[in-house]
Amino acid sequence: MMRLPSFRFCSPSSVTEAAKILSEEGSEARLLAGGTDLLPNMKRGQQRPKTLVSLRRIESLRQLSNGSGITLGAGLTLTDIVENDTVREHYAGLWQAASQIASPQLRNVGTMGGNICLDTRCNFYNQSEDWRKAIDYCLKKDGEICWVVTKSKKCHAVSSSDTAPALISLGARVRLVSAGCERLVDLKDFYRDDGADYMDKRADEILTEIILDPADGWQSTYWKLRRRESFDFPILSVAAAIRANKGGTVEEARIVLGAVASRPLLCGAASEFLTGRKLTNEVIEEVAKITSRPVKPVNNTDLDALWRKKMIPVYVARALRELRGDDIR
Amino acid sequence: MNHPNNLSENFRIIGKKRVRVDALSKVTGQTVFADDIALPRMLHCKLLRSSLPHARIESVDISRARAHRGVHLVLTGEDFPVEYGILPVSQDERPLCRDKVRFVGDPVAAVIAKDEQTATEALALIKVNYQPLPTIAYVKEALAACETPLQDYAEEGNIHRRLSYSFGDVDEALELADHVFEDTFLYESNTHMAMEQHASVADAGPDGRVTLWSSTQCPHYVHRALAKALEMPAAHIRVIACPNGGGFGGKTDPFNHEIVVTRASLLLGRPVKICLTREEVFYCHRGRHQVTMKLRTGVTQDGKLTGMHLQTLLDGGAYGSYGIASTFYTAALQPVTYQLPRYSFDACRVFTNKPPCGPKRGHGTPQPRFGQEIQLDKIAEKLQMDPAELRLGIVAPPDSLTCNYLKIGTTGLAECINRVVEKSDWKHKHRKLPDGRGIGLACGAYMSGAGTAIYWNKMPHSGVQIKLDRSGAVTVYCGATEVGQGSDDVLVSLVAEVLGIETIDIKCFTGDTDLTPVDLGSYSSRVTLMMGNAAIQAAGRAQELIAKAVAAKLEIPEDQIGFADRLVFDVSDPSRKLSFREAVVCAEEMHGTMVLAGSYAPPKSAGRFPGSGVGPSPTYSYTAAVAEVEVDTKTGAVEVSRITIAHDIGRSLNPVLVEGQVIGGVYMGIGEALLEEHSMRRLPPRLSEALVLRNPSMLDYKTLTMQDMPEVVVEIVEDPDPEGPFGAKEVGQGPLLPIMPAIANAVYDAVGVRIDEVPITPSKVLRALSKKAAGRDARTGPKDFPEIAWPQAIFVLPPDEGGDGKASNKPERKRAAKMHTMDKVTSS
Repeated sequence: MMRLPSFRFCSPSSVTEAAKILSEEGSEARLLAGGTDLLPNMKRGQQRPKTLVSLRRIESLRQLSNGSGITLGAGLTLTDIVENDTVREHYAGLWQAASQIASPQLRNVGTMGGNICLDTRCNFYNQSEDWRKAIDYCLKKDGEICWVVTKSKKCHAVSSSDTAPALISLGARVRLVSAGCERLVDLKDFYRDDGADYMDKRADEILTEIILDPADGWQSTYWKLRRRESFDFPILSVAAAIRANKGGTVEEARIVLGAVASRPLLCGAASEFLTGRKLTNEVIEEVAKITSRPVKPVNNTDLDALWRKKMIPVYVARALRELRGDDIR
Repeated sequence: MNHPNNLSENFRIIGKKRVRVDALSKVTGQTVFADDIALPRMLHCKLLRSSLPHARIESVDISRARAHRGVHLVLTGEDFPVEYGILPVSQDERPLCRDKVRFVGDPVAAVIAKDEQTATEALALIKVNYQPLPTIAYVKEALAACETPLQDYAEEGNIHRRLSYSFGDVDEALELADHVFEDTFLYESNTHMAMEQHASVADAGPDGRVTLWSSTQCPHYVHRALAKALEMPAAHIRVIACPNGGGFGGKTDPFNHEIVVTRASLLLGRPVKICLTREEVFYCHRGRHQVTMKLRTGVTQDGKLTGMHLQTLLDGGAYGSYGIASTFYTAALQPVTYQLPRYSFDACRVFTNKPPCGPKRGHGTPQPRFGQEIQLDKIAEKLQMDPAELRLGIVAPPDSLTCNYLKIGTTGLAECINRVVEKSDWKHKHRKLPDGRGIGLACGAYMSGAGTAIYWNKMPHSGVQIKLDRSGAVTVYCGATEVGQGSDDVLVSLVAEVLGIETIDIKCFTGDTDLTPVDLGSYSSRVTLMMGNAAIQAAGRAQELIAKAVAAKLEIPEDQIGFADRLVFDVSDPSRKLSFREAVVCAEEMHGTMVLAGSYAPPKSAGRFPGSGVGPSPTYSYTAAVAEVEVDTKTGAVEVSRITIAHDIGRSLNPVLVEGQVIGGVYMGIGEALLEEHSMRRLPPRLSEALVLRNPSMLDYKTLTMQDMPEVVVEIVEDPDPEGPFGAKEVGQGPLLPIMPAIANAVYDAVGVRIDEVPITPSKVLRALSKKAAGRDARTGPKDFPEIAWPQAIFVLPPDEGGDGKASNKPERKRAAKMHTMDKVTSS
């Protein structure tokens, strides 16, 4: 069987203690926040941290507070999120995203923070050490070429988090804590368009919580494209959130595409176009076009990129029709 | 006395829904699989595998690995001078490659160390110098001339083997047909995906003998291969097949890792274990061949087949494996399903630099079955017939000899078709459902055991031994292997039925070359029939001796003795009885120690032409299935909403297991139809030599999850076959066959596009839909069949035309004779 390489394991009981360990260990340390992705990756040699800092014992990361909006501890499991009535009722997009991640067993272990920081994926990278050696490695790890786009200087690994697009559509912010310092970041600004260096988080920072504003008047949804009804990562996802007045005119909208680039794509033009309009068939069709036009998925996930590109307007339209009230699930 | 192998309905155990005999130990985690074995002082083995798809090995430097702390032994190809392989004609494998590697994953060296981690570390210290060779990635490349072929024994270049047969004058049959349908299809390669990864433990004793525990479906063939590859007497080797966590054909070859750990244990005098990773299991493969095929079929206006010409091209991967047999099987069984007066085929297998293909559930037959069943759907549409009616008009008749000399016994195919038509409400649905929803039908037939062994011999295919002693204990021994299909349950229940005792009263030992009589293994759906007949014979012999002794004691004639409910009694006065234990004591007193054996060899095949060994079986099972699908016309995604399937099992020995096998076949069939693809990725050749598996993990190789599995309605059709144990036929493979074409036909019914290849991915459906919208040929599938220089066909005159089963020269065409035979062809 595949074995884990050896590593030092620490399990601090507070964020302060964890941050201290990270500041001492530098980039040789990795946070373990569930491990459903990191541990298999370590078996395949994709990551080789000297130290793993488990966040499991930190109580404060598992808190969920309702006040104005909701604050989710990054250590909450995905099952915790799926079982939460407030999330289900007010942040439907997040609930749908979380409930479609992997499988029930993995959701019992995987965490919110872990899913937000999920490593980007590529089927030239998510392979064993022997496999990657056979192709002479790639830009994402140990190599010098992107095998997906061979002329590219940049890694094209795909952002495959389900919760990230949903949270961005809901305007989420995340708190990042390091030794003696903390900051709040809009999740939409957290990701970078580079599969090898995909998030704005220093190695010594810990993502501790996710902050969502009150859902007043917002409706949201999440559509995930994948081959099987369980287990699979998204190969396209659409998170849509709108705030409409009583007459049905959209006052604010956010449409975010997942799994078609190295980061979730917030489509500003679509938001702009929707504002002040009603969700008529024509408007939905136009938004679907606007959203998909600039997106260029590449062939590094399941199924082919051309087809995935064609599915973008289909899925955007379905998400918006659902928000309009059509019974299409 | 209950007559062994009677076909009456009066059974105590047979035919009842029972918990299988190994269920409790499996669900409580107590079954010992190969990977569960841990022996004192055991060492662990890892294999260094080639990172190049095709290269000459110039040197292997093991010095650093050998010096690594915790390493006990490093082996290379130099340690294994003898070649082996499952078929006598394809002895082309070595436990570790010596001169050449032929695919990424081909093993080059082995490290045996104190634990897996240490062995893995040491692999990285082995230095192999390779000289890369040109890579053959696709069948078209393999057909081209080549200066550096993969195997030097190939027929020509990378063409492993070409076959050409003609059973009657097919050109003439097509000329005289009202319509000739010509279609090409593509069936992609896929793999078994058994839950259990292959594992083996070898333990050499101090006397130079060695025992190998392994997850294998065929301990007998592993036994033979070990003796050959290690140049040791087979008598000094013991192979024990552990219960397999699924096989599906993926554990029927003797494997390199089995031979490596056995030699390592012999050299070190310590137990050595290997457990493959999931990725390594993908390298072992031996899965479904990718097959490109072309069918030309002649049909009369009223829907009778006049003849068929089939061409198949198989991508074999890097080694022979069962490939020659697979190649024959892409053609052999077509005439068993439907009446086909004349038939010809050309089949070709090529070598490519990929993991070797071999037998997977249905072995070579699902691919042409897919093609023929779709073509029949096209024929029915053209002739404006109901596809079910068309098939009912051409089912192969019982007790007949096909044009290629296969003997059909009982057939329940018509009944199967009628049942699925009724249960699925076919008549109200076919061509009548709203756009996007569709229904499709297909059938299939499969062997209940191959009529010939892998190696030529005249000995039994299965032997069963029974030991009874004065305690009343019964122990049964057979070389058959429990791979999850329920063979232990079949063995025990048949013996219990004959002896009138309960299954809990019988212990069974299976798959152990020291203890058990030879059985060829769990492949070709042979175990229930062959082991079953041997078991009934052995139990019948025991029954006879007991009856004789008890009859003497009770002073009644032997034929008045009954066996039931753990009693042996006078059937005319059941109060005159002995307990089973007392009866065995009587028998032991009269006959001495009670050890009896039974054996089974299949009937001789009717064909006498070269190659007639592939296809014959004591009897064939039949299946019909209806698939209902919903197609999303915006995405092309196909969802199977229901499968209705009827299987002709002859007799259902344990209906729980029969249903389980049917549903398992459906599960695998939907996966092959929609998702599964054992496919390779070739990196841009100008930049790289790499040719690697695209998806060697359970996440990326898509099989259905529980959520994707539709409702399955199972109908079991029973028409006891005189060749089967109490009339039973096979169920392990047949039910898979109709699923893929039934789904493809349902997709056509739903949205009017033909997907003439599997897997039916959403993009293929969408492509065909857009062609349809543009008024072009609404189809996705291969355009043509490659040009291949076929040999002169072996001509065999069909039995209906006076043939004797021998190859002969094609008779001169004479108009009168032609009219005569074609009358027969079209009216039969």
